[in-house]
Amino acid sequence: MRTIKQIFAVTWLNLANLPQRLASSIVAVIGVAAVVLVFAAVLSMAKGFERTMLSAGSDDTAIIMRSGSTSELNSGLSNEQTLIVANAPGVLKEGDATVMSAELYVIVDVKKRSTNTDANVPFRGIQAGGFDVRKNVTLAEGRRFEPGKNEIVVGRSAQQEFVGLDLGSKIRFGQTEWEIVGTFEAGGSVSESELWTDVRVLQGAYRRGNSFQSVRVKLESEDSLAILAQNLKDDPRIDPDVLSEREYYSTQAEGLSKFIRMVGYPLTILMAIGAIFGALNSMYSSVSVRGKEIATLRALGFGPFSVLVSTIVESTLLALLGGIVGGAIAFLVFNGFQVSTLNGPSFSQVVFDFAVTPDLLIQGLQAALLIGVVGGFFPAIRAARLPVAQALREL
Amino acid sequence: MKYFGLIWRNVWRKKIRTSLTILSIFVAFLLFALLAAISYAFKGGEDVADAERLIVIDKVSLINTLPMSYLNRIASTDSVQSVTHASWFGGYYQEPRNQFGQFPTDPYSYFSMYPELQLPQEQLDAWVKNRTGAVIGREIAETYGIEVGDRIPLQATIWTKADGGRTWEFDIEGIFSSSEPRGSSAFMLFHYDYFDEARAFGQGSVGWYILRVKPGADPVQVANAIDAQFANSPSETKTSTEAAFAQSFAKQFGNIALIVTLILGAVFFTLLLVSGNTMSQSVRERISELAVLKTLGFSNGSVLGIVLSESVLIMLMGGLLGLGFGWLVVQGVSQAMGAFLPGVFLSPGAAVTALAIMLAAGIVAGIFPALKAMRLSIVDALAKA
Repeated sequence: MRTIKQIFAVTWLNLANLPQRLASSIVAVIGVAAVVLVFAAVLSMAKGFERTMLSAGSDDTAIIMRSGSTSELNSGLSNEQTLIVANAPGVLKEGDATVMSAELYVIVDVKKRSTNTDANVPFRGIQAGGFDVRKNVTLAEGRRFEPGKNEIVVGRSAQQEFVGLDLGSKIRFGQTEWEIVGTFEAGGSVSESELWTDVRVLQGAYRRGNSFQSVRVKLESEDSLAILAQNLKDDPRIDPDVLSEREYYSTQAEGLSKFIRMVGYPLTILMAIGAIFGALNSMYSSVSVRGKEIATLRALGFGPFSVLVSTIVESTLLALLGGIVGGAIAFLVFNGFQVSTLNGPSFSQVVFDFAVTPDLLIQGLQAALLIGVVGGFFPAIRAARLPVAQALREL
Repeated sequence: MKYFGLIWRNVWRKKIRTSLTILSIFVAFLLFALLAAISYAFKGGEDVADAERLIVIDKVSLINTLPMSYLNRIASTDSVQSVTHASWFGGYYQEPRNQFGQFPTDPYSYFSMYPELQLPQEQLDAWVKNRTGAVIGREIAETYGIEVGDRIPLQATIWTKADGGRTWEFDIEGIFSSSEPRGSSAFMLFHYDYFDEARAFGQGSVGWYILRVKPGADPVQVANAIDAQFANSPSETKTSTEAAFAQSFAKQFGNIALIVTLILGAVFFTLLLVSGNTMSQSVRERISELAVLKTLGFSNGSVLGIVLSESVLIMLMGGLLGLGFGWLVVQGVSQAMGAFLPGVFLSPGAAVTALAIMLAAGIVAGIFPALKAMRLSIVDALAKA
C-alpha cells in the first residue's frame, strides 16, 4: 500500500514538472504521433480497398467464367454456354424467368480527374437481370439505359473520379458515341467504379459477336452453389469455374491488399523503432535533468521501485498522447479520402476511399503504448539505480 | 578540419544520447532508401526509356488488339526505321500466383528493337529454328530455377488453344538479361507465328507495335503521322514515346508519389525535431565550455562552425549508414523478388537527394544552437557557470 502511495506521489511530481522539460517531451510525443499517423494512413488504404471489393460480393450470387480465367477480363463464354447456365439446377427462378445476367467486360480509356491522364475504366455490358443479381444497386439519378441504344449508366465513384461522365453528357469511345443517362450507387462497392450498358450494344460496338465473358446468377440458397458447380462441371458442353461472388471479389482483392500490408507493416515497425529511440532520448534527458530531484526523493525515503514506475508511467502517458494525436490526424485527413488505382487481375481501375477504422486506431494506440513502455524502461532503470550520495554531491 | 578532433570529442560527449540520435537518423534514411526504391519501381522505368522508340496501341484501350496488317503500313510510314510487335499472353507457370510478362513476338526484329537486351547469338538462332522455343529473362530463370533446355508448361488464362487445351509448352532456348542496370528482364518471349496458329480465336491480331524512328526525326511528328493514318478506321491507334507510355501507365496506379511524399514528410519532420532537440540540449549543457573557448581566443565564426559541424556530422553518420544499409536491402530485394516486383532500384538521383537532405537537416538542426553559441557573451556565460 505504501509503495502504491509512493508511486502516485512520485508520478504526480514528475508530471507536475513536465512543463520544465517541454521541448524534449514534445519531441517524443510528435515522434509517436508520426508513427501512428503513418501506420493508420497506409493501412487505411488496404482497409478501404478491401471494403470496396468485398462489399460487392454476396454469397447467394454465383459467377460463372471459363475455367482457368483469373478474372472476367480473361474469360470467354458462348451464347449457348450462358443458356446452359441459365437452365442449371440451383439457380433462382422468379416465375418462369431466371434471375441472371450474362455479361461482357471491356476496358475504355477515360481521363482521371486528379492527373488528367488516361486510365483503364471498366465498361460492362449487362442483361436486364444485371440490376437484380447485384445487391444494393440503386439508381440515384436519371434513368436506366434503354436496350439497344448507346446509353450508359455510370457508377457514382467512377463519375466522381473520371472526366466527362456527368449525367447527360456524351462520350466517344472509338467509333461510337455514348450518352450518360443515369447514375447508380452500390454502397461504395467496386461496381460503382464501372460503366454499364446493354450487353447487346456492347457486343456490337466491340465486335464480340454473340459472345460473353461471365454469367451472374442468383442462387436459390447459399447451399445451391455446390449443386450448380457440380452440374456444370459434369456438362461436356461447358468447362467453367463457378465461384460465389464473394469468393470472386476476395481473390481479386488479394494481390493489392497483400502488397499494401507487405509495405505497411515493415514500414510501421521501422518507424516505431525510430520513435523508440526518440522516446529513450527524451526519457534519458528527463532522468538526467531530474537527477537532483530523484536523489532528494530517495534520500527522503522513497523506494527505487516507485521511481522506476513513475518514469515508465511518464513515458507511456507521453506516448499515448502522441498516439491519440497521430490517430486523430490520420482520421481527420485520410478517412474518406478517395483514390483510384489499377487492380492487377482485372487490369482496370478501382475507386475506393481510405478507411481509418476503429481497429486500426486501436492497433495504432497499442503500438504507441509499446513504444512508451520500451522507451521508458531503460531510463527508468537508470533512475532507480541513481547513486543517491553522488547525485546529491553534484548539487 | 583542424578542429575535427574537438568536434569528434564533443559529438561523443554523451554517448547514449548521440547513439540514440544516430540510430533514429539511421532508421529515417533507411526508410527513405526503401520508399525511393519502391516508388522507382512504380514509375515503370520511365527514365530508362529510349527516346527514339514509340509504342502504338489501340486508342480505346490497351486491351484491344490491332490488326497484323498494320505492320507493313507502319513500316512504310516516313521516318520509321524499324518496327516489331508483341502481344499479351497472360499465362501462369505452375500456380496462378506465378505470373510474369509473356509476349509472343518476332525474334529478330524484337531483339534489334531492344539492343539493351542481351542474348547470345547462338541462343537467338536456336530459338528462331525451334517453333515452340522460347527465351526467358534472367530474373525469371533465377526465380523459378529454369535452365536452357528445359521444357516448361504455361497455363493460359485467356488464350485457349484451337484444340481446347489450356496448357502451352515451350522449350527454353536462351536466357537474356538487360545491360541497363535499372532495366528489368523479368519476362518471357516466344514465337508469334506459333501462338497465332495455335490459339482458338483472335487470329491476325497483335497487342501493340513498337517502332524506332530514324535518327534525327521528330518522334512526335512520326506518332501523329501514324495515328492520322489509322484515324476513322475500326482500330484507331494511339502512339506515344516509350517514356510517355510508361509515365501514363504509372499514373494509373494513383497518387503513389503523393503518399510516399506524405510519409517521407512525416518521417523527416520527426527526424529534424529529434536531432534539433539533441543539438540544443547539448549546447545548453556546454554554455560554460563554449565561453571558455571564446576566452581562449576562438573567433565567433569558429564557435559557430564547430557547433554546426557537430550537428552535420551526427546527421551524416546516421544518414550514410541508413542509406548504405537501405542500398543493401534494395539489392537483396531486387535479387530475391525481381520476378514479382521488377524495377526496384535505388537511383543515384535519390541518393543525391538523400545526401542533400542530410546536409540541409544538419544545418537546420544546428543553426539556432550554433547562433546562440556564437552570440554568447563571455562574461554572462562564465558568471552563470
